[in-house]
Amino acid sequence: MQKTLKKYFPVFLLPTLLSFAISFLVPFVMGVYLSFTEFKTVSDGKWVGLDNYIRIFTSDKTFTDSLWLTVKFTVVSVITINLIAFSIALLLTKGLKGTNLFRTVFFMPNLIGGIVLGHIWSLIINGVLGYFGVDITYKPEYGFWGLVVLMNWQLIGYMMIIYIAGIQNIPDYLHEAAAIDGASPVQSLFHITIPMVMPSVTICTFLTLTNSFKVFDQNLALNGKSAETSLLALDIFKTFYDHTGLKLAQWHGTGQAKAVIFSILVAVIAFIQLRATRQKEVEH
Amino acid sequence: MKSKRSAVNFLIYTLLFALAAVFLAPIFIILLNSVKSNFYISDSPFSIPSGESFAGIQNFIKGFTQSDFLQAFLNSAFITVFSVGGIVLLTSMTAWYIVRVSGRLTKIIYYLFVFSMIVPFQMVMYTMTYYAFELGLNNRLGIILIYIGFGAGLSVFMFSGFIKSIPKEIEEAATIDGCSPIKTFFLVVFPILKPTAITVAILNAMWIWNDYLLPYLVLGSGKSRTLPVAVQMALTGGYGNKDMGALMAMLVLAIVPIIIFYLFCQKYIIKGVVAGAVKG
Repeated sequence: MQKTLKKYFPVFLLPTLLSFAISFLVPFVMGVYLSFTEFKTVSDGKWVGLDNYIRIFTSDKTFTDSLWLTVKFTVVSVITINLIAFSIALLLTKGLKGTNLFRTVFFMPNLIGGIVLGHIWSLIINGVLGYFGVDITYKPEYGFWGLVVLMNWQLIGYMMIIYIAGIQNIPDYLHEAAAIDGASPVQSLFHITIPMVMPSVTICTFLTLTNSFKVFDQNLALNGKSAETSLLALDIFKTFYDHTGLKLAQWHGTGQAKAVIFSILVAVIAFIQLRATRQKEVEH
Repeated sequence: MKSKRSAVNFLIYTLLFALAAVFLAPIFIILLNSVKSNFYISDSPFSIPSGESFAGIQNFIKGFTQSDFLQAFLNSAFITVFSVGGIVLLTSMTAWYIVRVSGRLTKIIYYLFVFSMIVPFQMVMYTMTYYAFELGLNNRLGIILIYIGFGAGLSVFMFSGFIKSIPKEIEEAATIDGCSPIKTFFLVVFPILKPTAITVAILNAMWIWNDYLLPYLVLGSGKSRTLPVAVQMALTGGYGNKDMGALMAMLVLAIVPIIIFYLFCQKYIIKGVVAGAVKG
């Protein structure tokens, strides 16, 4: 069968491969190349070696600033989202009536797009701050915490669903045996439930990690105007599109170099995740 | 013992209802403001509309007509439906080919698809937009091709994972009976792939419907703009004057279809999202 199927290459493989090449493969290869050039448009790159990369870490401070901000944002989001999501999952696996209804409600914000979410929260946060006569641009901290609240609202339901699945997979007899041995509910939480849901913890940690690290739409809609609250993805976008004039070619080169470093950081996170999940699979 | 237990249950329910209120409040506040007149939205966003602050459906009429909301909605619907259809059809075929024709070339192609899942959009944003314009793909039809390319990574990955678990013998029997690979795929393989196809469709639909940056760069904010682009343009004052009432109505109109869709296909959506998370 393999031989006959092989001849059908133009039907089965070619259409997907062609669109893949146009939208990802060629742009990716050109993107890597252009990060070593200065270019006004894709076809007129002039080789400058590592200049763009050096500039990112020396004269142009926005990259290191937004990288630091993104790291802070990611750490805070990962911790808050996972703690709250896990707690809610615990409440919803007690076998109470109406659990499904609550699950439906908590998951819902996840389906709303980042742009719409950003504007909803912009109205609410500015509404609250309005009582004190200020708005979200008044202090960078407001924008930062606003974005943390937004991410929590969006992702808690999603992580909760994964935690619920993990908790429901724990066999009942473990808790029953512990109860017979006189373990308190708190003891059985720390010695049975939490160790048993570690695979879910790994998945959720990395999902929140990559989602927070790559956040763009929410950032743009909520507090995108201020440079002080621009995370990495938004900073790269602004480097490309917010500049005009003589140095345009240099800005484009810088933006592309930032994008390469951003990609490497994301790839490193993904690689660690792959290793972590593989190890878990061996243990079980 | 029993009374202690019901006390605990009461506490849990109180907590859950409080949380549910917190989760629903933002949507509720937007709904409230969508029926308020302009002045009261920015002045007292948390007040209940009554008397002179109540604007009825006036905002919705404005939101619908002013920003040509319907056009953006139809654009989004068209692009999402045909991109998702294309992705499910083409990537399932590709995945089957890659798994069944084992060789070095198909392996390389497979890993390229997987690799594309990791790379953030900003990496190819500028160059991809350039090629989209060069090749004349900067329209509602062309963007579908681009979406198929971007959706291919995750979709091929998920289909391949499932196809590996299907025994070859069923397909071989069909081939011996004289079926061509195309017939074998559509009559034998694709029906088996249905659960994965639903998951792939849901994940891609949610992504494409809500996607902002790609359609903004490729289609711009003109006649062929999508819903998220229209919302962003309107709320950042891209259409001149900011009419808060109309904007609130637009937000509501943007959310309502998703929520209705969610309430009807909840089971599939939650299952699909979890499956995508565990595999992706």
